[in-house]
Parts: sequence; C-alpha cells; structure tokens
Amino acid sequence: MLEVKDMVVAYGRVNAVKGISFSVEKGQIVTLLGTNGAGKSTTLRAISGLLKLVSGSITFEGEPLDGVPAHKIVERGIAQSPEGRRLFRKMSVEDNLKLGAFSRKDTAGVKTDLANIYELFPVLGERRHEAAGLFSGGEQQMLAIGRAMMSRPKLLMLDEPSMGLSPIMTQTIMRTILKLQSEGVTILLVEQNASAALSLADRGYVLEVGQIMFSDTGKALLGDDRVRKAYLGAD
Amino acid sequence: MSRLTTALTIPREKLEKFQTAAHIGGVVAAVLGIVSVLVPWSYAHEPLDDVAYGGAPSPLQFNYLGLTVIALVLFAAPLVFRKPSKVRDWVAWNTGARFAGYGLLATGFVAVAAIGIESGGLINVDPGGWIALVAGVVGAVSGLLLLGSPDPSMGKIKTHSIVQIFAIAGGLAAVLFAAAFALGLSGPGAFLFYLTFAGSLALVLVRTGVFGWFAKCAADNKKIMVLAAFFVAFVFPFTQNGSDANMSIATQVLIFAATALGLNIVVGLVGLLDLGYIAFLGAGAFTSAVLSGSLYSHLNWHPPFIVTVLISGCVASLLGLIIGTPTLRVSGDYLAIVTLAFGEIFRITMNNLDGSDGPNITNGSNGINNVPELNLFGFNFGKPHVMLGIEIGRFANYFWLMLLVLAVIMVVFVNLNRSRIGRGWVAIREDELAAEAMGVNTFGLKILAFAGGAFLAGLAGAVKAHYDISVTPDQYVFLESAFLLAAVVLGGMGTVMGVLVGATILKLLPEKLRFFSDYRLMLFGLLLVFMMRFRPEGIIADERRQLEFHAEDEELAESVEEELITYHDHFNPDALTTEDLR
Repeated sequence: MLEVKDMVVAYGRVNAVKGISFSVEKGQIVTLLGTNGAGKSTTLRAISGLLKLVSGSITFEGEPLDGVPAHKIVERGIAQSPEGRRLFRKMSVEDNLKLGAFSRKDTAGVKTDLANIYELFPVLGERRHEAAGLFSGGEQQMLAIGRAMMSRPKLLMLDEPSMGLSPIMTQTIMRTILKLQSEGVTILLVEQNASAALSLADRGYVLEVGQIMFSDTGKALLGDDRVRKAYLGAD
Repeated sequence: MSRLTTALTIPREKLEKFQTAAHIGGVVAAVLGIVSVLVPWSYAHEPLDDVAYGGAPSPLQFNYLGLTVIALVLFAAPLVFRKPSKVRDWVAWNTGARFAGYGLLATGFVAVAAIGIESGGLINVDPGGWIALVAGVVGAVSGLLLLGSPDPSMGKIKTHSIVQIFAIAGGLAAVLFAAAFALGLSGPGAFLFYLTFAGSLALVLVRTGVFGWFAKCAADNKKIMVLAAFFVAFVFPFTQNGSDANMSIATQVLIFAATALGLNIVVGLVGLLDLGYIAFLGAGAFTSAVLSGSLYSHLNWHPPFIVTVLISGCVASLLGLIIGTPTLRVSGDYLAIVTLAFGEIFRITMNNLDGSDGPNITNGSNGINNVPELNLFGFNFGKPHVMLGIEIGRFANYFWLMLLVLAVIMVVFVNLNRSRIGRGWVAIREDELAAEAMGVNTFGLKILAFAGGAFLAGLAGAVKAHYDISVTPDQYVFLESAFLLAAVVLGGMGTVMGVLVGATILKLLPEKLRFFSDYRLMLFGLLLVFMMRFRPEGIIADERRQLEFHAEDEELAESVEEELITYHDHFNPDALTTEDLR
C-alpha cells in the first residue's frame, strides 16, 4: 500500500533521514522504533508532504507522492496524528474533529463519522463544546486520533500516541489502535514505547540516526536481543 | 468572579465588620451626589456645557443624577432586604455598588478637573463640584470595603420573548439617545464627562448582572437584535437635525470600521500581521476616483458606480494577490515587514505616477480632485434632501451608503467566520503545521484571506473617494495602517462588535476631543499598553480567544479538570485514572 524507497530527507544541510526503505501492506500495523533523533517523525512528516524529499521516492497505492502538496495527500487517504498531539487547544472538540475532516466534501458522511468518534470515545461526545486544551492528556490523545480518523484515511499515521501517558492510558490507546485495525484501517505507528508498539505490530523497523538497522515481525523483534537491550531495558 | 471576594487584600473576616458601615457610607455618598446637583458646580458658564445654576440641574447633571440614584439603590438595598432570596440574588448588589462608587469618583474627578481646566483654575469650582468629588471619594472607599457578591443569576432568568424584544428596543433606543446626546455636547470637558458617566454606567450594568440579562435577550433574538441595531444606525441621521459636523464624523467612523473589518479577517482570524493595509483602501479610492469621471482623471471611461465599486475591490485584491503570493509562504515577521514596505511603496508609487516619467494616472501629490458626487438611481448624494420634515444633508447620504457597505461586509465576515473556511483560518492561526497536516490548504486559505480582506477595503475605498471629493497619496500613510490595526486589537480581534467599538473609539475621540489630538498618538499608545496588560483579548472578546490570554482562567480550568478526574477515579477507575505529566 505504502512503499518508501531510499528516502533522504534533510533539514537544511543536515540529513535527518539517510536513505531508508520500508513498506506497509494493507490492513497491517507497522511500527517504526527508535530513540530521539532517529528520524521517525521526520519520516512521517515526509510521507504527509510536510517535508520535501532530497532523493528517493514514496508511492501510495501505486502512485507517486512526491510533489503532491500536503492537503492533497490527506485527500488521497493518508492522515497523521502529529507528535505532541498538536490539537487546536482553544477550539472546541467538535471544531477539532471537523478540522480533521477539512478535506472532505460529503457533509452527511462527516456527520456519521462524528457520531462514530463520539461512540468510540464517549468522553469527547459528552464534552464536545469544550475547548480541547481543557482535557486530560489521555483524552487529548483520543481527540488527536479521532481528528486524524475524521478524514476517513486508508493509512493512519500515529506519532508517539503514548507520549506523556500513564501505562494504563497507554493500554487504552493501544487497544483503540487494534480496534481501528480490525475496522480495516492500515496503521503506521511511531513509538518510543517499544514493548507496547511491538506487541501490536505486524512488522517493525528499528531506526538509528536516520537509517534502518533491521526489521522483522513484531513478535520476533520483541524477542530480539538487540531490541531488548536497546529499548526494553533488559540486560 | 466569586473568587475575588474583595478588591482589597484585607482578610474577609476583618472586612465583615465593616459591611454595614460601608453600605451606609455608600448611601451617604449617593445622597451627597444628589445634593450636589442642586448646588452650582461651577462659577463660569462655559465648562461642562453650563453647570453654574443652583436648583436647576443641567442635562449633564441629570445624567449624573441617574448614576447617583443607581448607586443609592445598590448601596441601600442590602440594608433593606437582609435575607437572601432568589430574587435578591438576581443582581450582584455589592459588586455593582462597588463599581457605582468608583463611577461616582471618576465622574466627580473629571467634573472638577474639567471645570478647573476649562475656566482657568480650581478657584472657579463651586461647592457643588466639590461635593460631587467628596461623594465620589466616600463612594469609592465604601465600595472598596464591600465584600463581593455571588455571581448574579439575572442572565439565566427566562423571559417572555415579547418582553425580550421590548428590552432590546428599549436598550437600543437608550444607546441611540445617548449617542445623539453625546455628539450634541459642545465642550470637550462635557464630552469627556459624559463618556466617563456612560462608561461607569455600562460597567455598573455589567457588574450587577443586568447586562447579562440584556445579553441573553439579544442572544435569544439574534436576528431581531441585528436588524434593530441597523435600524437604530439608519435613523441616527434623523436625530442630528442636519448637523453636518457629526454626520461627517459618523461617516468617517463607518469607513474606518469597514476597512478595519477587512483587516480583521487577516489579523483577527488568520493571525497574519499586515502593517500596510491602508494601501488597499487607497487602491480602492484611487481606482474609484480615476473611474469617477472627474476632470482631473486622465481616463475617459466612466462606468456606473456599481461597476466602479466592484472594479475597485478587484484592483485592491489583485494587489493583495501580488503582494501575498510570494510572501505568504514565509511566516509571521517577514510578512509584517513586507506589508509595511508595501504600504509605503504604494504611497510613493501614487506620488510618482504624475507623468514626469511614466504614465500620468494620479497627478502625483496633487491627487485626483473634484471627484463628482455620487448619483445613484436619481438620488444625488451631494444635495440635502428633506425626509419626514427633517433635512438629511450630504454627509448623511454617504452615511447611509456606508452603512449599506458595512452591512455587506459584516454579512460576508460573519458567514465566512462560521463556515468551513473560517474554521480553517482559525486553525492556521492556532497551529499552522497541524492545520496543514489535517489537510487544510494553508497557503490557499491565507491568500484567500489576504485578497478577500483587500477586496473589502477596496469597497470602502470606492465610497471614500466620493465622500472625500479628493484622493491624494498622503491620505494613505503608515500611521493610518497603525490606527486600523489598533482598532482591531483594541476592540477585540476576530469579532465584529469589537472592531466596530474599536473603530468608533479611535475615530470619534480625536474628533470630539480636539485638545487631545496633539497627544493622541501618545494616549492611544498608553491605552494599548494598558489593554495588553489588563485585557489582551480586547474590549469585546472572541469566544475562542478568551481562554488564550488569562492564565488564571486556565488554572481554574485545570482545577475543574482535576475535580473531574477524581470523579472519574472514584466512579469509573477504567476511564481516567491518570493525568499526563505537565
């Protein structure tokens, strides 16, 4: 579904992503693991069209994405819940969700999806007219995921959804991700919380300073010594 | 509000002893105020439009009398009705009384100061004036000692819609009357005194909660409210009895407000700082003047005004596109610098299009003079007309035309703000990158705002050319851009009402207070500094913005949030056991 090939992305002269290749199959959960500065968020931003590629290519459903502006990429079916959630804090829950559906013209469909999100996250529905900034971290994360879902994406990219959340809240979010997968959404998950991410993932890629070191199925990586040492705190 | 139990930092227990004394003190102050209007305030007749008579209060003093009576009621009522009751709690008596006390002090002070200045010394202040000042001091001190009231519940009363409509009519009639009265005052001291009085009264109404009830009436009958407000503005010329001076000011206010509303899209909704916005008004004015058929115009094409208006708007928005396309890709500060330069480039270009090298379009610094009066459907805007027995002068004609233009601009603004596009604009203001990630075409929407705002300014400019009769480059200097921006910031970014209020203040005050015009830059600067410190969201806050500026409110929100979380913990341990680490 998504095919990244030899992608190089730079901030100014510094290459943040140094030629990585990976692919996401339809219906899968794929996770990118890595420490700070490994290039995970940069990769997602490049796929979203927020950053330009220096070289390499991205294809989505067989069509190239380079040169396509960010808002067109959303229309093609790729949505991102960015790092740090980046909600519109002063706007209401409902306005946030409607902004997620900005690229859509089918008002009726948007209404149904709004109702679906409220069903998935009842807290949001109960307080739909309150400013997003007033919600707790976990609720804000739900809203961030809900907002990304509002564009009815084929591929949902989540950037560190567990950031700043407690273990219990993290579990709730991970369960939500599984539920979304079961509804047919393909998910590209960026995480620092390796154990949580790998337990869901069909496939995982480990990034270090802009390069993919190795990849395997989620389960295999969970048992991999290198992963255990670097990310799971095992000796 | 209820958290602020008192204005002082004295502990509540100590203040409780003084409550009766404070109420009595306030009553004494109000009675003193009432007595003062029966005694001459001033020896000379000029200050405050003549307050030199004893036993016969002047119209201004009658207004002051109204304030004192309100103060009397607010201070005395809690003495009479000691038991709390549902009806009693409609009004925040103590809070209202406190502000009435402050109002007495402010008006008393302005009265004495105005008399002193306008008649050459405090020696000319007669006992009445001093009594008013003493009443103010006693009232303010009493007010300070009062404990605050619980939040008034008047805004929640259910009222029959007919009563509500009557309330709207009454309120707007009072505003119309007050505006006509204020503009009819002759001296600057009198105007300032009245302004202080009106401001105090408004504050008292807000703090008691009475205003909350009006606001509910207005909110429940939005359409009627808007139509009625336009009706009031429409009949305003009839109250002026052909006075061109006031109608001229009123028309300038409308032109200014219409332009500021256009700027409000760019600055208030999208959050782009434009420091050269006056150029778009100028572009509209020059286009309209060139196409007006003036003898000084070098173009012989003279389309009907409706066409000219549209062309003016298009020329302005074309300029907006030209300046916006390369610059809107970069963020904030660059845009401010580029627009600042653009405003100057526009003015200098207009100065240089005099034919010395290049085409002669604007006659250089002489500009285009003798722009003919408008003539629409046989209605000559330059001539007075008699309607309902009242002479409607030239300025009133343009006032009505501008009112129409303003109405169009307001409809456009409000609908855009509520639409999907408006939501996208506000998202860009809040977090451009996140907006882009959500699929908002940020560049396109910014260009749309820029060109759209410019179009609206162009419309206003087209009328302004005819109203001013001559269009010269030096009318469109940077200072005017700064004033437009000040009107938006002062009134309240992103709101319609706020910008109207801000524009009125910034245009009306310098006209009415001539002595202050030399210092207006300094005073407006100070005003802006104070606004930024105490009410950064502007006089009238945008709902979305209100939270943005007040840390204490956010703290309040967080405490509410904590309560909710403990609630969830208690009843539903699964739903919300934690809070992320802030």
